[in-house]
Amino acid sequence: MTLLLICLALLLAGAAACALPLRSGVIGPYAATGAAVLASVAGFTTLITGAMQTVTLPVHLPFDTLRLGLDPLSALFVLLIGVIGALAAVYGRGYLAGQDRRKTALSWCWYNLLVAAMLLVVLARTGFIFLVAWEVMSLASFFLVVHDHEKSGVLRAGWIYLIATHLGTAFLLVMFLLLGRDGSLDFAHLAAAGVSASLVFALALVGFGTKAGFVPLHVWLPEAHPVAPSHVSALMSGVMIKIGLYGLLRVLTFLGPPPAGWGWTLVSIGAVTGLTGVLFALAQHDLKRLLAYSSVENVGIIALALGMGLLGIAAGDPVVSTLGICAALLHVVNHALFKSLLFFGAGAVIHATGTDRMDRLGGLLRLMPRTGTAFLVGAAAISALPPLNGFISEFLVYAAAFKAVSAGTHPWSGLVAVAGLALIGGLAAACFAKAFGIVFLGAPRSAAAVQAHEASLSMNGVMVLLAVLCVMTGLGGLWMVRWVAPAASQLLPPDMTTDALQTLFDMLGRIGYAALALIACAAGLYGLRTALLRRREVRQDETWGCGYVAPTARMQYSASSFVQPIGVMFAALLRTRHYLHAPHGLFPTGARLHTDTPDVFVQSLFAPALRVLVRLAAAFRDLQQGRTHQCILYIVATLLLLLIWHLG
Amino acid sequence: MQAVREILVIVLILLNFRLLGTSRLGACVQTVALQAVVIGLLPLLGPRLPAPWVIAMVAAATLVKAVVLPALVRRALRETGVVRELEPLMGYTLSILTGTGLLVLCYLAGRQLQLPQGGAGQLLIPATLFTMLTGLFLIVARRKAITQVLGFLVLENGIYLFGVAFAVHEPWLVQTGVLLDVFAAVFVMGITIYQINREFDHIDTDRLSTQGLKR
Amino acid sequence: MRYALLHILFALAFAPLLAGVINRVKAFFGGRRGPSLLQLYYDLFKLLRKGAVYSRTTSWVFRAGPCIALAAVLLALVLTPLGTTPALLAFPGDLLLVVYALGLMRFVTVLAALDTGSAFEGMGASREVQFSALAEVALLVGLLAVAARVEAFSLSVLARQAWSGGMAWPSDAILLLVAAALLVVLLAENARLPFDDPNTHLELTMIHEVMILDHGGVDLAMIEYASALKLWVMGAILVSLALPLPTAQPMLNLVAGLGAIMVLALLIGVIESVMARLRLVRVPQLLVTAGILSFLAVMVAMR
Repeated sequence: MTLLLICLALLLAGAAACALPLRSGVIGPYAATGAAVLASVAGFTTLITGAMQTVTLPVHLPFDTLRLGLDPLSALFVLLIGVIGALAAVYGRGYLAGQDRRKTALSWCWYNLLVAAMLLVVLARTGFIFLVAWEVMSLASFFLVVHDHEKSGVLRAGWIYLIATHLGTAFLLVMFLLLGRDGSLDFAHLAAAGVSASLVFALALVGFGTKAGFVPLHVWLPEAHPVAPSHVSALMSGVMIKIGLYGLLRVLTFLGPPPAGWGWTLVSIGAVTGLTGVLFALAQHDLKRLLAYSSVENVGIIALALGMGLLGIAAGDPVVSTLGICAALLHVVNHALFKSLLFFGAGAVIHATGTDRMDRLGGLLRLMPRTGTAFLVGAAAISALPPLNGFISEFLVYAAAFKAVSAGTHPWSGLVAVAGLALIGGLAAACFAKAFGIVFLGAPRSAAAVQAHEASLSMNGVMVLLAVLCVMTGLGGLWMVRWVAPAASQLLPPDMTTDALQTLFDMLGRIGYAALALIACAAGLYGLRTALLRRREVRQDETWGCGYVAPTARMQYSASSFVQPIGVMFAALLRTRHYLHAPHGLFPTGARLHTDTPDVFVQSLFAPALRVLVRLAAAFRDLQQGRTHQCILYIVATLLLLLIWHLG
Repeated sequence: MQAVREILVIVLILLNFRLLGTSRLGACVQTVALQAVVIGLLPLLGPRLPAPWVIAMVAAATLVKAVVLPALVRRALRETGVVRELEPLMGYTLSILTGTGLLVLCYLAGRQLQLPQGGAGQLLIPATLFTMLTGLFLIVARRKAITQVLGFLVLENGIYLFGVAFAVHEPWLVQTGVLLDVFAAVFVMGITIYQINREFDHIDTDRLSTQGLKR
Repeated sequence: MRYALLHILFALAFAPLLAGVINRVKAFFGGRRGPSLLQLYYDLFKLLRKGAVYSRTTSWVFRAGPCIALAAVLLALVLTPLGTTPALLAFPGDLLLVVYALGLMRFVTVLAALDTGSAFEGMGASREVQFSALAEVALLVGLLAVAARVEAFSLSVLARQAWSGGMAWPSDAILLLVAAALLVVLLAENARLPFDDPNTHLELTMIHEVMILDHGGVDLAMIEYASALKLWVMGAILVSLALPLPTAQPMLNLVAGLGAIMVLALLIGVIESVMARLRLVRVPQLLVTAGILSFLAVMVAMR
């Protein structure tokens, strides 16, 4: 715990140093890295030992004292913040190198603040400090998002994010007011039961769901993540949206045994979110936008797992509940690893080519071999393919669903989970086959892609490290569950875990061996192939064009064409817009097709709603003339009214 | 016997899906006839054999629905020479998925209804409701007048099965009434379709309604 | 254990025979003599002796793809039972590993196809990912139905229960439905008619064949062998769940299973002979229908 306090101090000092108009800004990334490494050490030791600690700082705050605590649930997220925070800082130093120094220093100030605020959110043990830290987190990430504010569209995306996150916070405020009705916001005293518990759950779902990206509250994600610098996108997508899930989990610990309805709600939200996320990810042709939608998909999977867990608790089924909750937590960890890896890879591509439009890229694997290989590992992991870590967590969700169906406790939810997850998995594989295949394989589609260069050593190092972590957590799923289990047990009824965990360990142990055998077998076969080809002729030639002898890079399948059949299949949801400039005449020139898939929820839910809001707001325009006198008049009038009300 | 009944019920559900998924009018007619056979067999496979006159009734009804009515519809098809594609208002895959949703709905409704089942198996009621809904769906979501006749027949099949399932003792009461209705309906429709076709050269209801506006 | 090893040896040895059987049946229906039953063996040996030609656009992904694909399908084979003969490695949840190992195989094949930069191979890859996403749903939901009935989570246990009167055939429609769904999935996943025509000579209409246009020599041999094994794996799963031939003799069971797989190959040959390839836009519909069959099976199992 003291270690974490040192971290917080270090981060704040780093932020302050960066904010000063001196050259001291250069220490920003170092402070962030150092503090984050310390934090991950603290988180990891707590996960191992399972110790619970709290400290009360001698600071007087309104409502409550400043109380911080560290238990396994917090520690898991502290570990995530630490690991990804440190790696993103190392990567970001390379990524931002060469940009304006003043701007960079400010960016690092916000970065330090963001990491500190996230730590504080998961350590907070009173509602007040939680909300303050939550707000600092939102603001710091907003300023990080608008780092490149002079570019078009960045500020707009930033505003969307700021408004969305504050709407979410409004719900959280009401939620804490409901929870702390006996006057204290200390987590130890928060509780709710019956109808008010369900109300609190609903508020938490909206409030935290906005941050996490539940459909239809996800609309800020695909706007904000693409415009932010890539290390920030990685931190936001890998960790910050998970803080929303942390909030949901933490609130669940206050609420007592969940009714089955909460589980159904989460399962349905998860299935809808996952499916919507992956379909829109498929339809995107900007790499970072695609990754942002894929984050929505993965949050959906986590919600699905959590829902299965809650259903298990409600039905008193130890296996389903343990599997579900462990799967949710494990997927939080795994997604943090591979999604930040993928964002780092996307950042390296943007750094090298200046664009993230997939139809301008191609063939980058041969120019950026390390980035490409790491990205491939991330892509395979997020597609839940063995022997990587994504498979482990999705396996646990499947296991929970299979158990729920065969035990007959919640067959429909299990069926939804299995069918949903299978479809999501297949589409995610399609999505990342596209992302990797179009960007890194084939021939370069533009001059920018031809001149790409490998990223700097520090950026590459971070990516390779994350790729190795993805493989290792895939092989060692057993240990991962062991570390996650104490955090999961905080959400489970006390008597439910041991036996269920043992079956879990058995399965994951076998999977670990199988995965190891798979890798060994593939390596062996590759060796065999090399040995067979050693003394034979190995030639290089053109790709077989089925008789056509002058192919160009532009004839390759593009991002749009690759997903066209799936797009047609789900046209009712996606509503992809086609801009076709068809060839005509005897000597056609310059045919063009461009597809664009805007978010259907923005188009047909939020935009109309906001138009109505604007029309309503227009009615109040007469009250606001922009004169100072008038404003003061209003203030005075309000004060007078309040005085009268108070006296009367 | 119970097992065969259950399999027949599942076949009935699958036939409904075939109706939703097929693009051919001929296949639709054939499916409706098959459905009538399945539904005719179901009451005969109960725990005990029904009385001879009931068997005769069922055989007659099945004969009408599986042979006579499809033959009439086929004749109408031939006479009017309609194109054999269905021209759906809703795509086939989407129709099938909608059908799945309807089936789940029927399953849940069947559990809520708490009807006396008479050892008919758990899926019988959902299957009955599903057959009715499929008939209605065909009427709503397909463009041709002839599919509306077929939808009507499917709806009748569902109602008949409902009668068999719950009025086990007096199914013929329900049945004869419905059958007469449908028989009349098919006749009227056949004649109407023939007339419409002679007037307008096609039997596309969508175009019929906009005809006046366009010209 | 001994029989499990025997099954794997049989699979490794006889998987290429399935293609021979299918082609013979098709030749019979076509009134031809057809290629030798051992044709695929000859092809494999010929390919293994060859050198290699690589496209200039390809990278290491193209070279590693066939190896990973073969390794993945070998893993699936180790986890697959044949009738009452359990798999070499069986544990609760192995069915998911089988499905996802086959998914890995598909993923690397698709990537290798995209690596060539050829429009034709991109086309095949695009279709492959679309159809397999739907097929995977039908497969997993179908397995869910059987798992729900048997209350187990391991393919070997499912297979044993399915055979040993844990479900009294044919009172249980679940197996019928799941078998039908699995047959559709098997045809789709193994690039057979009515989904994909393995004999077509027009690249525009192919799916699997067009993805491997640029592979040659050892790589092609690995891919062909992996495809044969994949057909064997999915066939073994189908046979294990759908065939009511339990005896007390493990050896007899194994032989019966092998016979059933060969009969399945005959059946595939017949299907290929009497059916035409579906229009591509109709393929998703058939796969969705397979999903519906699985879904119905779960509904029946849920009572």
